[in-house]
Amino acid sequence: MVQAPEGVEGAGFFATSLEKVVGMARKNSIWPLPFATSCCGIEFMATMGAHYDLARFGSERLSFSPRQADLLMVMGTIAKKMGPVLRQVYEQMAEPRWVLSVGACASSGGIFDTYSVLQGIDRIIPVDVYVPGCPPRPEQIIDGVMKIQRLVETESLRRRDSAEYKAMLNQYGIE
Amino acid sequence: MEGTGLEKTIGVLNEKFEGEVLHAAMLYDFPTITLKKDKIIEIIKFLKEHPDTRYHYLTTLCGIHYPELNQIAIMYQLHNMMSGERVRLKIYLPAEKPEVPTLTTVFAGANWMERETYDFFGVIFTGHPDLRRILNVEDMIMFPLRKEFPLEDQVREDKNDTMFGR
Amino acid sequence: MEEVKQSDQAYHYQEEEKQYSYLNLGPTHPATHGIFQNVLKMDGEIIVDAEPTIGYIHRAFEKLSERRPFNQITPITDRMNYCSAPINNMGWHMTVEKLIQAEIPKRVQYMRVIIMELARITDHLICNAVIGVDTGALTGFVYMFQQRELVYEIYEEICGARLTSNIGRIGGFERDFSPKAWEKIHRFLKEFPKVLKEFENLLERNRIFMDRTIGVGGITGERALEFSFSGPNLRAAGVDYDVRVAKPYSSYEDFDFTIPIGTNGDVYDRFMVRQGEMWQSLSIIEQAIKNLPDGPFHGKVPDFYLPPKEEVYNNMEALIYHFKIVMGETDVPKGEVYHCVEGGNGELGFYLISDGGRTPYRLHMRRPCFIYYQAYPEMIKGSMLSDAILTMSSMNVIAGELDA
Repeated sequence: MVQAPEGVEGAGFFATSLEKVVGMARKNSIWPLPFATSCCGIEFMATMGAHYDLARFGSERLSFSPRQADLLMVMGTIAKKMGPVLRQVYEQMAEPRWVLSVGACASSGGIFDTYSVLQGIDRIIPVDVYVPGCPPRPEQIIDGVMKIQRLVETESLRRRDSAEYKAMLNQYGIE
Repeated sequence: MEGTGLEKTIGVLNEKFEGEVLHAAMLYDFPTITLKKDKIIEIIKFLKEHPDTRYHYLTTLCGIHYPELNQIAIMYQLHNMMSGERVRLKIYLPAEKPEVPTLTTVFAGANWMERETYDFFGVIFTGHPDLRRILNVEDMIMFPLRKEFPLEDQVREDKNDTMFGR
Repeated sequence: MEEVKQSDQAYHYQEEEKQYSYLNLGPTHPATHGIFQNVLKMDGEIIVDAEPTIGYIHRAFEKLSERRPFNQITPITDRMNYCSAPINNMGWHMTVEKLIQAEIPKRVQYMRVIIMELARITDHLICNAVIGVDTGALTGFVYMFQQRELVYEIYEEICGARLTSNIGRIGGFERDFSPKAWEKIHRFLKEFPKVLKEFENLLERNRIFMDRTIGVGGITGERALEFSFSGPNLRAAGVDYDVRVAKPYSSYEDFDFTIPIGTNGDVYDRFMVRQGEMWQSLSIIEQAIKNLPDGPFHGKVPDFYLPPKEEVYNNMEALIYHFKIVMGETDVPKGEVYHCVEGGNGELGFYLISDGGRTPYRLHMRRPCFIYYQAYPEMIKGSMLSDAILTMSSMNVIAGELDA
């Protein structure tokens, strides 16, 4: 059961701001797109499994189509060959969208400081939350998801229309 | 079992390919034969079909770069599952123009192994049905496993020379 | 992403000029279990041709290992076949031990066997559970993952990590199995057979499962050998080649087990071979525990095995050794070795050339996935799209191992 946001409560009515209601609804129904490439993907499978159960956070509905997903979970090494694909997937996602970078490889290239590996996905797409670990334990992935939930809950409804957000995307050459 | 495999293989080779063997030795538990490069495919085919050796399984194939010799070695590893004998064949190619006929005519599984070797070392396998890069991006210009090419990605700024001695 | 090729003569339908459609399966496709691309040429639902592209997570293991001291290569091997990382670790350790000709105590070998067989179980568990998912039975998957957690807990107790375990050291183990670890192993051995039996009952004689898998994605034994198949995929095609028996390492010759083989090399056979191997692995673990000899948990490999911590803190010489080993400044003989182990997917080989330096001169890894995946287009030609997905999952293609 989700707690109601702050508001004014009386007999037969409850008043709060729209932003808070939307935030609460979004927070508990994040549809993740698992962009699982390697080891972290296996830990993600464990996170989805019965033992750790991501469904407790309303995120059990995986969306394999980027167009219906809210959260892009990048798990595993992204090679340079894969970079354009990842970017295309990000571009196909509808706003509002969040990105969770799981594991050392996705966040920074990890131990693979080599010619073929992209040194962190933040070189091509903006990232909201980084989860460290090689691979992170399922608890850490859940922690990352909870951090994303916090962001989703508190985000202003107008943020995605703001000039700063556009400028940030432009930095990455998106749109 | 180990020692006899080497002598037997040399014996079989001498039946038809006298003088092709440059060097033969047991390296740890593995018979290793260095051969002249010209007839390598016929030799592998012959070893595969000869009733005494029957190396019917290609375990692996890879390249090794020796910059000081200016040579690239190709290593073929064959296996006879019935007798459990294995043999490693090596040939040396000049590093400027490494060319060798393809093994795909003998073993279908050599296809990707040769593509990988091409990708890493730039060895041209003549007659290969589809010799393209396999692991790296197609427009890459270097052959990364040659010793002169750097391992690291050159875009990182956080690892500078003063800190890590690169 | 479907694209129909329009020919000029589309209206005049001719038998030779069929209209084919092209389907882009991958690199990010929910049904591919990893990232590889297959561009399928389709005639309706039938696959006419397939063009695989790989390399989407190429991480340059072989080049990377030319820059790393021997100890530091172990974590790289973890990330190769991450479903059964301990087998890779130990394969590498045994390769180095062969190079330096170290003598390894019997107890270490038996402990390794226990860990390796646990790893084999987890590997096959994922593969078979995923075959279940692809035929529409998610139940088994969720159920089996619960059991896999138990194995992870054992790893954790032994080495502290779950998935990419980096378990053991060159020369043995960093510490003996703790009583807690033994307790967990015994618990697993007690609970798992029941669950495995249930899982088997769920699918083995299930009409839907059998219809979907029998005769699908088959390959003959001869063709499999041509393509250098190994492991369960080769055994499903009827060739009884298993490195554990053909060239025993780590005292496998002491154990009594059989090699399950199939006949048709189809999806069902691969499933059954893996299933059979899990039972064999359980029996091997039990034998190893029963006959576990006493002795040290590591060999005498002073050049590679870190001295105990108390020594390092209190003894100058031990501290120097510790430093030398960590920096990889110990003496290594020159030479060339090849060592292979039976990995989750087949013959996992390490071909190591050492020039006496602190790092390998060249390390080539024989990755079974990479070698057998090239037969995939041939195996799916003429079959349905849904069967192609099933064929891929039953081959257990692990992207990390495929792309190195």
